[in-house]
Amino acid sequence: MDWKQLWEILSAADNVPIIAMIPLLAFYMYLAWKQAHANDLIIAELEGNAALAKTHHRKAWPFKPGWAKEVHVWPFLLRVEFLAAIIVTIILMIWSITLNAPLEEPANPNLTMNPAKAPWYFLGLQEMLVYFDPWIAGVVMPTLIIIGLMVIPYIDTNPLGAGYYTWKQRKFAIGTFLFGFIILWVSMIFIGTFIRGPGWQWFWPGQTWDHNRLIYEVNRDLPDLFGITSNWGKGIFGAAVVGGFFAIGGMLVHAFFRRHNAKDYKRMSLLQYSIMMTFLLTMLALPIKMLLRLLFHIKYVWITPWFNV
Amino acid sequence: MSEENKDNGKNGKSVGLVTRLIEGIKDVLESLKTDLPAKAKEQVELLKRPTKTQVFTSIFRHKHDDTPRNRALGVLSNVFLHLHPAKINRDAVRYSYTWGMGGITFYLFIVLTLTGVLLMFYYHPSKVQAFRDVLYLEHDVPFGKLLRNMHRWAAHLMVIAVELHMFRVFLTGSYKKPREFNWNVGVILLVLTLLLSFTGYLLPDDQLVFWAVTVGTNMARATPLLGHEGPFGAQLGMTPYNDVRFGLLGGSIVDANALLRSYIWHCIGIPIIASIFMILHFWRVRKDGGISGPAAVVLDSEVKEAKK
Repeated sequence: MDWKQLWEILSAADNVPIIAMIPLLAFYMYLAWKQAHANDLIIAELEGNAALAKTHHRKAWPFKPGWAKEVHVWPFLLRVEFLAAIIVTIILMIWSITLNAPLEEPANPNLTMNPAKAPWYFLGLQEMLVYFDPWIAGVVMPTLIIIGLMVIPYIDTNPLGAGYYTWKQRKFAIGTFLFGFIILWVSMIFIGTFIRGPGWQWFWPGQTWDHNRLIYEVNRDLPDLFGITSNWGKGIFGAAVVGGFFAIGGMLVHAFFRRHNAKDYKRMSLLQYSIMMTFLLTMLALPIKMLLRLLFHIKYVWITPWFNV
Repeated sequence: MSEENKDNGKNGKSVGLVTRLIEGIKDVLESLKTDLPAKAKEQVELLKRPTKTQVFTSIFRHKHDDTPRNRALGVLSNVFLHLHPAKINRDAVRYSYTWGMGGITFYLFIVLTLTGVLLMFYYHPSKVQAFRDVLYLEHDVPFGKLLRNMHRWAAHLMVIAVELHMFRVFLTGSYKKPREFNWNVGVILLVLTLLLSFTGYLLPDDQLVFWAVTVGTNMARATPLLGHEGPFGAQLGMTPYNDVRFGLLGGSIVDANALLRSYIWHCIGIPIIASIFMILHFWRVRKDGGISGPAAVVLDSEVKEAKK
């Protein structure tokens, strides 16, 4: 256990925000879950009692019948905003006084930094470079993330859960988002920051960053495992595998979605449904490709003269 | 000239100029003796109620005694506050629903603008001076180190706040009808926040950023169709000297032009674009019916299916 190494990584000034994000994210997950749970209890109670549903105030907050429904923005909201601004300023001040922004030696094109890491919020994408070619990890994926986020409101046809926290009414939507945000985005940032060392090799926390470490990894391409050697064969085989993933994966997701989200399925148009499927399957392909690489040392699945996947 | 007025000026006894002057001064002094104390008394009375002065009422258009009407006007007649409605859902002021992350993001943007403008006074976006300016800022400029630290950490904090804001909006289903479009504006603002942070990253011109930006922009080489190493790039005639990476860096390597481009995008280009989208974002929050909740829970049995 190399404590000094561990401390060097954890205390690097630019890594502090990521460490701060752990408790912050945990706290807000707890806060959201607490409210979702309270609302879910009310929903369960009202679903079973139609008479109560007609008269119930439907609030998980403290509530008394005589209270006004609305309050004045001044002072009730503005004082909260003002307080928030003061607290953020204090935090920022203390942070800025105690911790200096990093500054290395002047830029030197002749001396390569190892590891050369992107700013922390892009480390998830940099981590993807291990598993995908730059055109996918650096260009296609960010584009798909942005478009994928943008289409969410248009493919989520579930009218429930608008304006309140709930888990039971939106299991699929929230589950998918948590998968994308926590598992794919945030945890990749963690791996990129705390695990990846020189040569972008995997170093467990506390393991010494050995700049001379060599790993003899023989990465193979999937067509090679099947003894396919011709270019045409590789191209067609890869297209078939990728196509097969989307077809079989699509069938599985379809079977699941149709059974467990019957109402949403019924509401969705063909366009909405196929867009959802495309983005969902593409997202699911990410961890699958990662596992293929980490467990079976498979580099490419689909090889063509122009691009490799 | 008429008969009557012919003798004007001659019908009294003639008075000398000096006498008239003395009379005049006496008269003025006499009036001051009585008027001045009265006016002073009046002035003291006025100053006791500063909110009634013309200066005050010209700035603040309404009364300030604590009435519901004045509480509403205090928000509605203020250009900075009128983004808010006069009244909101009593539970919407609870921190636990909104987490305040949207507001904190905006506040951090303001902090970054102020510290950023101050930093610009000490920084030249040129290869010779950029790094020295940062050293100068750290060691010689009064509070320069604090200024740079604040700008750096506020930027990190803003990225975190934006992501948490999006997380909250998703969890509360706030992107649903009628707020679909505003969610999209928000996604664009998220991207702009990341770009703002990334373009600023290059400016200190040290080893850390040089290689980070090199790694980052090398990916642009691989852009499909538009990068010289990307799929079908070569077939479309892309070379290191005409592809999308060249356009980003203003050259084929990260050098002086990249620094200048980065600086201009960071200080002028993206802030303007982001401001426009922010205006749109805040405007739409109000136009889409204000903050989404906390709304009363809806039961599955109560959903009316739309006719197709």
